[in-house]
Amino acid sequence: MPQEQSGQKPEKNKRVKLEIRQVSKEFDGFKAVNDVSLDIYQGEIFALLGASGCGKSTLLRMLAGFESPTSGEILLDGVSLNGVPAYERPINMMFQSYALFPHMTVEQNIAFGLKYNKLSKPAMQAKIEEALSLVQMSAYAKRKPHQLSGGQQQRVALARSLAKEPKLLLLDEPMGALDKKLRTQMQLEIVDIIEAVGVTCVMVTHDQEEAMTMASRVGIMDAGVIRQVGAPYEVYEQPNCRMTAEFIGSVNIFDGKLTVDEADHVEITTPDCDKPLRMAHGISGSLGMDIGYAIRPEKVMVSRHEPDQPHNVARGKVMDIAYLGSHSILHIELPSGKKFQASVANSDRKVVGDDEDRITWNDEVYISWGERSGVVLTS
Amino acid sequence: MKGLNLSLLMGAGKRLVMAVPYVWLLLFFLVPFIIVLKISFAEAQIALPPFTDLVEFTDDVLTLSLNLFNYIDLYEYDLYLTGYISSVKIAAAATFIAFLIGYPIAYAIARLPEHSRNLALMLVILPSWTSFLIRIYAWIGLLKNNGLINNFLMWLGIIDEPLIMLHTPFAVYIGIVYAYLPFMVLPIYTNLVKHDGRLLEAAADLGASPVESFFKITLPLSMGGIIAGAMLVFIPAVGEFVIPELLGGPDTLMIGKMLWNEFFNARNWPGASAVAVVMLVLLIIPITIFQRYQAKEAEEAERG
Repeated sequence: MPQEQSGQKPEKNKRVKLEIRQVSKEFDGFKAVNDVSLDIYQGEIFALLGASGCGKSTLLRMLAGFESPTSGEILLDGVSLNGVPAYERPINMMFQSYALFPHMTVEQNIAFGLKYNKLSKPAMQAKIEEALSLVQMSAYAKRKPHQLSGGQQQRVALARSLAKEPKLLLLDEPMGALDKKLRTQMQLEIVDIIEAVGVTCVMVTHDQEEAMTMASRVGIMDAGVIRQVGAPYEVYEQPNCRMTAEFIGSVNIFDGKLTVDEADHVEITTPDCDKPLRMAHGISGSLGMDIGYAIRPEKVMVSRHEPDQPHNVARGKVMDIAYLGSHSILHIELPSGKKFQASVANSDRKVVGDDEDRITWNDEVYISWGERSGVVLTS
Repeated sequence: MKGLNLSLLMGAGKRLVMAVPYVWLLLFFLVPFIIVLKISFAEAQIALPPFTDLVEFTDDVLTLSLNLFNYIDLYEYDLYLTGYISSVKIAAAATFIAFLIGYPIAYAIARLPEHSRNLALMLVILPSWTSFLIRIYAWIGLLKNNGLINNFLMWLGIIDEPLIMLHTPFAVYIGIVYAYLPFMVLPIYTNLVKHDGRLLEAAADLGASPVESFFKITLPLSMGGIIAGAMLVFIPAVGEFVIPELLGGPDTLMIGKMLWNEFFNARNWPGASAVAVVMLVLLIIPITIFQRYQAKEAEEAERG
């Protein structure tokens, strides 16, 4: 298991809240979750990120108690949850489609779970009001779910799962049912609420932007396995394998061989570039081994003039330009036939008739980058 | 111009399609009802037809005679009132029993894997493919003193003399519940199969045990199906004639049987018509409730 290799160490003042120990789940011989071990710390928002079918939802459902692990153990505050049914777990979930009870008002929906906490009537009423004001839905207490907009339904669903003061909050694709504009707004709002309450939270999403906006740590899942765990910037800037590099954001990967292996730098030669690729730190590898080198589109310079540097230069022809407003993506074809993506900030305002100086279609260009910009991928 | 013609034609077609059920109801419901209503205000006579005309034109005098005697009769004879009450009671009790048996059946079918549901539904509907009369007749063979059930129980030695089951209210309940059970099962099944399983997961997540989830989520959400099933059983059961006639005894009073006696034994068409009209008016109340509930539910489904 390559996880935790990116240098992410549990901070000293952080207490482990949830422990997932070598958990697997098989469905008819198919391993949906394969030997996953993971620690979630008190008070953090952890995002399980992966494409559909990667096993992230199955893992979440095992935390909630809707599925039981084929092997392995899940511990909350050091107590095993194995064999504890969903309705006895101090864990609450906000469902993807919210799963609000359609025959109950907003208030009754929130009261539903509180009834099992054996509270007095006034205490329960106070809790309902507190939960509603937390999500700013107090004015809608008497409405039925179908009388609410998508965003409002989500607030109610959040209030319902928080009202029971769970030890662990689960969010299943929290923004899945919202349109894009509302999504960005709700993402930050939900994070604010969760942080205000201080509850530990595990969320599942396929949307990397959502995971990176909301979570303090992200776990990249693929084929039932967690590939990498780390803060959003870590998984983006230091992907530990090809899969994470390609899954998060866009990336250009060169395949080559390790030709120089020193303590403070390494060089890789690749048939795609005339000059070697150089990295300003050592790696654990052997000369001549096959190796990957990843460089993000926004970390390169594109110029019509050959840069004066002995490493990290590629030459190619601009095949396509995607103008995205804030920046443009140049699709450049290298002489080897490899396609390379480079992102260019549109710092000058583009005006019609003033294009002579800009890089355009069919231009021969040089792509260059620094020796700290790329990442070596050994797996 | 051409487009306009086409849309006019489409409009006409739409109206034609919509007209079909209305014409059907007009011809086969409203017109017969008006005839029955008319007869109920006539006087019985020994002739063909066996009732008087309401409108008479003799000696340049047009007389319209509305005979309210039949209705007053209904009101004054306790027998009819008892008959109505007894019919409603029997139908309501049978409906409740059908619900108690039908709901678990519908629930079980809705929980089956998708490919076996149709087979199970088929098994529920299949008996209806044989004649209603024959199926009720078969119960005589089962329930009579030397019938299958009594013989079997005596053979086992559980009883020494036959249980008297046939021609009792018990037999009538069995008949009604048996005959109308599919009408209870099907609407409840249709409702349950559409339920969102995530609601039950949400209920479990919030602390409800499976039994509590059933009573707080599944049962209230299937109320539409229960009401539809109850109406489909209750309404025909109130006016049921064949079952009390074949399985019931002289002490099982049901309005359908009284209506039959009035028509064919007493040949009192106006009296029988009055019985029928009152029965219809009584049934309109639950039907209206049903319609109102369905309209409300359809509206909510549209908005939700």
